[in-house]
This record gives sequence, structure tokens and C-alpha cells, in this order.
Amino acid sequence: MSTASLNRLTPYLFLAPAAVIMALALLYPLGYMVYGSFRDWDPSQSLGESTFVGLSNYVSIWGDPNFHESMAVTLKFAFTVVGIEMLIGVGLALLLDRKLRGMSILRTLFILPMMIAPVVVGLIWRYMYHPTLGVFNRSLKSVGMESVDWLSQHALLSVIIADIWQWTPFIFILSLAALQSLPQSALEASRIDGATGWQQIVYIKLPLMMPVLIVTGLLRLIDAFKVLEVILVMTEGGPGLSTEILALRISRTATEFRELGVAAAMSNFLLLLLLFFTIMMLSYNRWQEYRALKARRLIEEEL
Amino acid sequence: MPKIKLENLTKRYGSLEVLHSINLEMEDAEFTVLVGPSGCGKSTTLRMIAGLESVSSGEIFIDDRAVSRLEPKERDLAMVFQDYALYPHMDVAKNMSFALRLQKRPKKEIEDKIQEVSEMLGLTDYLHRKPAELSGGQRQRVAMGRALTRNSSTFLFDEPLSNLDAKLRTQMRAELAMLRQRVQKNMIYVTHDQIEAMTLADKIVVMHSGHIQQQGTPEELFKKPANKFVAGFLGTPPMNFLDTTITQSGDQHYLEGNGFRLLCDHTTEKRLSFADSKEIVLGIRPSDLYFDSDAPAESAIDINVVLSEYIGAQSVLIGDCNGQKLMVELKSETPIALGQTLRFRVNLDAIHIFSKSTELAIG
Repeated sequence: MSTASLNRLTPYLFLAPAAVIMALALLYPLGYMVYGSFRDWDPSQSLGESTFVGLSNYVSIWGDPNFHESMAVTLKFAFTVVGIEMLIGVGLALLLDRKLRGMSILRTLFILPMMIAPVVVGLIWRYMYHPTLGVFNRSLKSVGMESVDWLSQHALLSVIIADIWQWTPFIFILSLAALQSLPQSALEASRIDGATGWQQIVYIKLPLMMPVLIVTGLLRLIDAFKVLEVILVMTEGGPGLSTEILALRISRTATEFRELGVAAAMSNFLLLLLLFFTIMMLSYNRWQEYRALKARRLIEEEL
Repeated sequence: MPKIKLENLTKRYGSLEVLHSINLEMEDAEFTVLVGPSGCGKSTTLRMIAGLESVSSGEIFIDDRAVSRLEPKERDLAMVFQDYALYPHMDVAKNMSFALRLQKRPKKEIEDKIQEVSEMLGLTDYLHRKPAELSGGQRQRVAMGRALTRNSSTFLFDEPLSNLDAKLRTQMRAELAMLRQRVQKNMIYVTHDQIEAMTLADKIVVMHSGHIQQQGTPEELFKKPANKFVAGFLGTPPMNFLDTTITQSGDQHYLEGNGFRLLCDHTTEKRLSFADSKEIVLGIRPSDLYFDSDAPAESAIDINVVLSEYIGAQSVLIGDCNGQKLMVELKSETPIALGQTLRFRVNLDAIHIFSKSTELAIG
């Protein structure tokens, strides 16, 4: 082999170990799951002993009302929490984007919930929602109001509130960062042009923050579709199927109903869904880059 | 009737006072240039007039109306920023019409105004481009267009040309001067570039460390600088300063320094009589030294040529007179060699005399 071609191969040689690890750690489990989703597979069997059933796992979840219910809960949960978190997070960022004494401490306090392990968050909220011992009902009682059985009467709402509590800070810090990197002089120009504080937000700040907000929203959406621990700890998906999000359904299908093939098919479905959002996010970034490139070309052409 | 008046205008950041009780009056439709080195308070002054910085004490009057507590939009101003400050997400037309759209003006009026201003600035082909799709000079024009559509009584410019490259800056400076002929409005212009100040201004206000040093027409400031700072700041190459002692021998007065001794004429003697001490600073512009090998030693300075900077028809000689650095302007064809000692006649009518202690001009 000539030196030149050897030189050309060198980088790949160095990359090879990483590529092998990637293939083993990432592609193998994924392939395993995809393969398993086409088989009637009991946890007592090895994958090799299971029988091939074609698309029947997919067909069965397609017609399964429980899966539909679970899907609906997941969609409702994900879009509600992300929508409200965006509203509160961006709103807080707009309010707190100013120089005040003690602001850095306040900001740190705001992002604390995000740093707590989800299981712990679930436990905290479960106790706060407790029918007799929880802080909510004790407060209601002390002002003479009827107590509410949060986790059985308003289960979905309760888990939604807990998730909002935990994840609003994520949107808050990213929005705040976006706000603080806005061109200050453009904001000053808008003041001179006669914009009120509200008009500045609507016409200047929000449009300029939009790229960050879109990516943040999609990131949160992807995350919300995979939520598990908080709900598992708080309601275990109940009462009935009212809070059984997809991840929980998958785990129950695998462990309780012992249908690994069906669980794999569901996982694949979730994967495709998330892939869709991820691709949307990446292509949005691509589109932004493309626009910037086009703008630069336009200028260069004229010079 | 003065249009804009600053009365004891002061700016403090905590205990640090950066602007010390400025007093300034600007006439109707006057082009006022605030000029000075960075940190002199010129931008702060402009931003206080605009309402982007709060006023610590003192007052700003626009048409006799105290405005220092008013929001920017209540002051009827338009402003052009150093970094253009365009709205990145709006196209050129939207950028220029933002203020009018906020005022909910009729659509027809807005369109006509955009048309008129974009024709004036040569932007008609670019109305639907975003700022990112424009070159620096075009962005600068859009920024000016945005100010022009406003129909404000006062225009503020905060170093509008300093982000442009040298060639474009000269071109835009000329365009600005022409624009100024057409738009008769109050204009306040901040720059650190003394050439911009000299070429554009009706009135120059030289600022230094939070004080106004001098104000007047470009010619007044160039010919009769009030102090050493203004003398050294305006004019390129800058004025030469020489530590000098007034000496007397018989009836004759001399300006005597390290390596030169100039015989004073009657007028100069009279001027020197105002000096507060025998020790003064002599200021001579590089253009007021004339290459003349036949001049008598009593009216000339001998300079050893250290460096010659060729800039075309003229060259700037950097010379040395007994350890003091001097600059001289010279026609480029003058045959000189580095290391040579040349004699330059001093035009006594054009010299500047400053007090050594107060640095104020004398006579």
C-alpha cells in the first residue's frame, strides 16, 4: 500500500474503536428491540426461542383501546405541560431580566426544582397531595374548605402541576439567556421609536427569542413524551388508566403482561414519534443556518 | 431661541461623577458635534438627551420644555446608533416604518414615507431584505432612513460611521453632509474622529474627562484653541508643544527653549505680557513651520529628521530638536535625507501660547 493511501486511512483507523463501541452500545440494543418487536416473545424465553409473528404486534397495538388511551394521555400531558411551562418560563424570564439587588440568588432559587431527582420530586408531591396529611388539604381545611382527593379525582392535573413545577425552570434559564444575549442597542432603538414595554416584548423581544424558544420547546416536548418516574411514584398510572403515559404502558406490558414483543413494538412507535420531533428540531436549525449562509452570499455577490 | 439647552447636566454612577455640570445651548437647525477621546462623556451626554440614560442632576430643555424625566418617545427624537441597531427580524421597509406603525399611521402615509426616504438614500432595491442581507454601508443607510421617516425635530447620531471601513466612512461622511443640506433639523452628532467633527459641524463641542473644553465653529476652534487639550486634539498631524521660557536681553524678548531661541516681534511681546509666568508652553502646528535653510537662527528651529511619512503631495517629517519630538508638514518633492538637520522658519503670527500651570491659551 502506498504511503498516500495509508495517510488517508489513518484518521479512520483512529476513529475505528469509537465506532465499534458506538455500534455495540447504541445500535445493538436498538436492533435487538426492532427485531424483538416482530416476535411473540415471553420473558422466560430467549429471543432465539421466540416465534416470528410478522407485524402482528403492531397490528395488536393499533387496535388496542388501552394503548390508544395511553397515547391520548401522553399527548395531553406533553402538550399541556410544555405549553404552560413555556408560558410561565418565558414570562418569568421577561419579568426577571433586569438588574436588581439579589437577582442572582433569586435566579439560583428558581432553578432548584430542576436539580432534584425525579423520583424525589414524585415523592415530595405525593406527600403534598396526601388526602389527610398533605399540605394542600391541610391548608384547605384551615380556611374551612372541603378537602380534595387530588390524586384520585384530579390525577392528571396533579401530575401536570408537579411536572410544571419541576421543568419550568429549564425554560426559564434558557429564555433568560436568550433575552440577555439580545442586541441591547436594538431594544434602545425601539424605545426611541416609541415602543412601550409591552410593545417591545411583542414586536422585538419575542420574535428575536423565537429560534431559542422553538428549540427549547421541542427539547422539552421530547422529554415530556418520555416522562416516567414522577408519575410512577405519584399515581402508578392510575386511577384506572387516567395517568398511564406511554412509558408506563410499555413497562407494564413487558413486566405485568409478559409481552416483550408488544412492548418492543410500542417502544418503536414512541421512538418514531420522538425521532419526528428531533428531526423537526434539527431541520429547524439547518434552516436557520441556511438562511444565514444565503444572506452572506447575497452580500458577497454585491461587493 | 435656543432649541436644545443643557443646564448643569451631571451624570454620576454611584459615587463616580463622569459628567460634571455641562452647560450647552444648540440653536435651531444647528449641526452640533460632540467630540473627544473615549471616556470623555460625549456619548453619555447624547444618551441622556435621548433618554436612554437617567439624569443625575441638572436639566435638559427642548423648546423650553424640561424633558429629563420623560421617556425617550415623549421627546420627539430620532437616533442613529454606532452598531446600526436595526431590528434583525424585520426587512428594510419594516425597520424604517416601525415607529410609524407603532403610531398607527394610515397605511398609505407609511408607504409614501418609505418610498420617499428610500429614494433619498438609494435603498429602493433593498426594501425587502433583512439587515443580515445588507452590507455595512447599506445597514448604516437603513439606520439613517429609520431616523428620517420619523419626521422628528431632532436627530441624534452616536458615532454612526465608526463601524465602517475607511473608504466607506469617507463616502458616507460626504453623503451625510449632503443629507444635512436637505434636512434642516437639529442634529447632534457624537464622534471621536476630529475630521468628521471638522467637516460636518456648524458647531463643535470638544469634551474631555466630563467637561466641555471649548465650543465654537470648526474654524474658531482650529485657529484659537482655548487650551492645550483642544489645540492638541484638533488638527492632523497634531500640534507640536515645546516647553519654553520667556527671556529678556536688553530690549529684546526671546522665546527660549531647549535647542531654539526665537526673537519676539512686537505683537508677540504684547501677547506674552498676559502670561502668568516666565515658563510657558509654545504650540506650533506642523503646517506653520516652513522649510527655509536661509532663515536666521533667531526665527527658526533646527530639526534633525528621524522619519519621513510619505502621504502623497505632502509628507510628514518626524524630527527631533534636542530630545523634543516635532512634526512638520512638507511638500514631498523637497529633497531631504534622514539624519539631516534642517532649518524651519517659525511663523510667529501662527504660534499658540499656553500657560504651563493651567494649560489655558494666553493672549
